[in-house]
Amino acid sequence: MSTATRSLPRTIGAHAILLTYTAIALFPVILVIMNSFKSRAGIFGAPLTPPTPKTFDLIGYTTVIGQGDFIHYFQNSLVVTVASLFFVLLFGAMAAFALSEYRFRGNSLMGLYLALGIMIPIRLGTVAILQLMVASGLVNTLTALILVYTAQGLPLAIFILSEFMKQVSDDLKNAGRIDGLSEYTIFFRLVLPLVRPSMATVAVFTMIPIWNDLWFPLILAPSEETKTVTLGAQLFLGQFVTNWNAILAALSLAIMPVLILYVIFSRQLIRGITSGAVK
Amino acid sequence: MAADIRPKRPFRWHIAIFLAPAVLVYTAIMILPLAGTLQLSLFRNIEQHQVFVGLDNFRTLFGDPNWSVNFWNALRNNVWFFIIHMLVQNPIGVMLAALLSSPRLRFAAFYRTAIFVPTILSFVIVGFAWKLILSPLWGVAPHMMDLVGLKSLFTPWLGKEEYALTALSLISVWQFVGIPMMLIYAALLSIPEEVIEAAECDGITGLSQFWKIKLPLILPSIGIISILTFVGNFNAFDLIYTAQGALAGPNYSTDILGTFLYRAFFGFQLQVGDPNMGAAIATMMFLIILGGVCVYLFLVQTRLRRYQF
Repeated sequence: MSTATRSLPRTIGAHAILLTYTAIALFPVILVIMNSFKSRAGIFGAPLTPPTPKTFDLIGYTTVIGQGDFIHYFQNSLVVTVASLFFVLLFGAMAAFALSEYRFRGNSLMGLYLALGIMIPIRLGTVAILQLMVASGLVNTLTALILVYTAQGLPLAIFILSEFMKQVSDDLKNAGRIDGLSEYTIFFRLVLPLVRPSMATVAVFTMIPIWNDLWFPLILAPSEETKTVTLGAQLFLGQFVTNWNAILAALSLAIMPVLILYVIFSRQLIRGITSGAVK
Repeated sequence: MAADIRPKRPFRWHIAIFLAPAVLVYTAIMILPLAGTLQLSLFRNIEQHQVFVGLDNFRTLFGDPNWSVNFWNALRNNVWFFIIHMLVQNPIGVMLAALLSSPRLRFAAFYRTAIFVPTILSFVIVGFAWKLILSPLWGVAPHMMDLVGLKSLFTPWLGKEEYALTALSLISVWQFVGIPMMLIYAALLSIPEEVIEAAECDGITGLSQFWKIKLPLILPSIGIISILTFVGNFNAFDLIYTAQGALAGPNYSTDILGTFLYRAFFGFQLQVGDPNMGAAIATMMFLIILGGVCVYLFLVQTRLRRYQF
C-alpha cells in the first residue's frame, strides 16, 4: 500500500533533511574530539581537518591528566550515580509494586502525591535542602548528593514502573500466593525479574541527569574531595581558558565515557522511549 | 491504611513496608524542603533571628529597584528563552519525527541515534564546546560562514548584549531537540496502520496526510512536550552558568530566573547571599511553574481530544 505513496524525490528530500540535521547535531562533538588530538598550531591553523601526522599531538591530554584530579572526580561521579540509581530503582520498584498491586484506601492519592515531583523540580527546594544538609552535617559529602538524586529520580521511576507492573499477569502472582510465597518473595522473585527491561529504561532516564548535573554538586558538595566530574570539568575549563589544548582534551575526556555508554545502550534507551513508557 | 475497611482483614504491613522507603526519602528531601523554601520566603534574618515578615520579601522583590530591575529582566529573558524553544525546538522535533517515521526509511536507526547525541551530553560540555566554536579567536564559525559567503554576518554572538540570549537559546534548542523528536516519534509509531490505510484509500497522502490525519492524533503528545519544555526552561540554569558565568553577561542580558536565584541565594562578588530572598525567588519560580502545569492540566489537556484505538 505504501509503495503507491513513495516517490524518489520525496525519499531523497527526507534523507537530505535528516542528513543535514545529523551533521548539525554531530559537528560540534566531532570538531572538539578531532582537535583535541592536535598541536596548538594545528588547532588554529586548520580547525576543520582531522589530525595529520604533522599536527598530531597529545599535549592536551598530558596537561589534563597531570593537572586536574580527574580520576578522583570520575570516581565520585561514579559512586554518586551508581548509588542513587540503586536506591531509585529499588525504592521506586517497591513503591510502584505497592501502588499497582494492592487496593488500599488512599492508593490514588498516594500515587498523585508521588507524581507531584515529576512536574515540580526539586531544585526549587534548594534553599531548604542546603539548610537541612548543614543541620545534619552532610554538606560536602557524597551522601548528600545521593539522597537528593534519589528523591529527584523517584517520582518518574514510580510512575513508569507502576505502568509496567500493571501488565504482569495476576495469575502468576496468585499462583505464587497459593504456593505459600510471601508478598516479599513474590515481589523480588517473580515481579522484579519480569520488569527488568523497563527497569533498564528507567535506569537510563535517571542516570543521564544525575551524571550531568551541575547545580547540586556546586551547592551541596563543592569541596575538592567530593567534586563530581561535571563540576571538576567546569572549574578546570574556567581555569585553563587560554590553554586550548587542555580545554579540548578535557572536553573530549568528559564526552567520551558518556558517548561510549550511549552507543552501547542507545537501543535500550530508544526502545524504552518508543515503547510508550513516557506517553 | 487499609486497617479498618473490612474488620476481618488484618493490617497489611507489607504495603507500608513497600511504600515506606520511597515515601520517606521523597518527603524528607523533596516535599519538606519545597514547603520549607516557601515558608522561608515569608521570613527575614534580623539580628541573627528569623523573623516573620509576611510578604515583605516579595514587596522588596517587586518594589525595590535593586531587586525588581533584575527580577523583571530575568523573567523577560526567561520568557524569550521559552518562546524560542517553542518556536524552534518543537517544530524541528516534530518535523524530524515525521520524517523518521515514514515507512521503510533506510538508516532511520542511525539518524535517531545521532540526533539524540547532544541530549545526553552535559551542559558543561555543550556550553564550552559552543563557546569555542562561536569564539572569534578560533575562527571556526567565521570560517564556515565564509564557505557560504556570509562572513560579513559574523559577530561574536555570545559577547553581544542583543544576540547573546538568542544564541544561548538556540544552543539549548540544539541540545534538546532530541526529546520532542523521540516523544513525537513514539506517538507517530503508535498510530494504527488501519487509520493510515483508510486515509490512503480516500486519497489523502503525503503532506496533507500529515496535517489532516497524523497531526490531530499526536496533539496530546505535543501538549506534553510543551509543558515539559515550559518546566525545563523556567528551571534552567546550567547552560547559562557554564557559558556566561553566574553574572549572566554581557551586562545581565542572558540572566534567567535560575541564575538570578543562584546569585541571590549565594551571593556573587559584591553581592551578599540572602537565603530568604533566594527563597522568595524560588517561590516565584514555583508559582510560575505551578501556573503553567495547571493551565496545561485544566485547560489544555481536558480540551485535547484523545483517540482510543
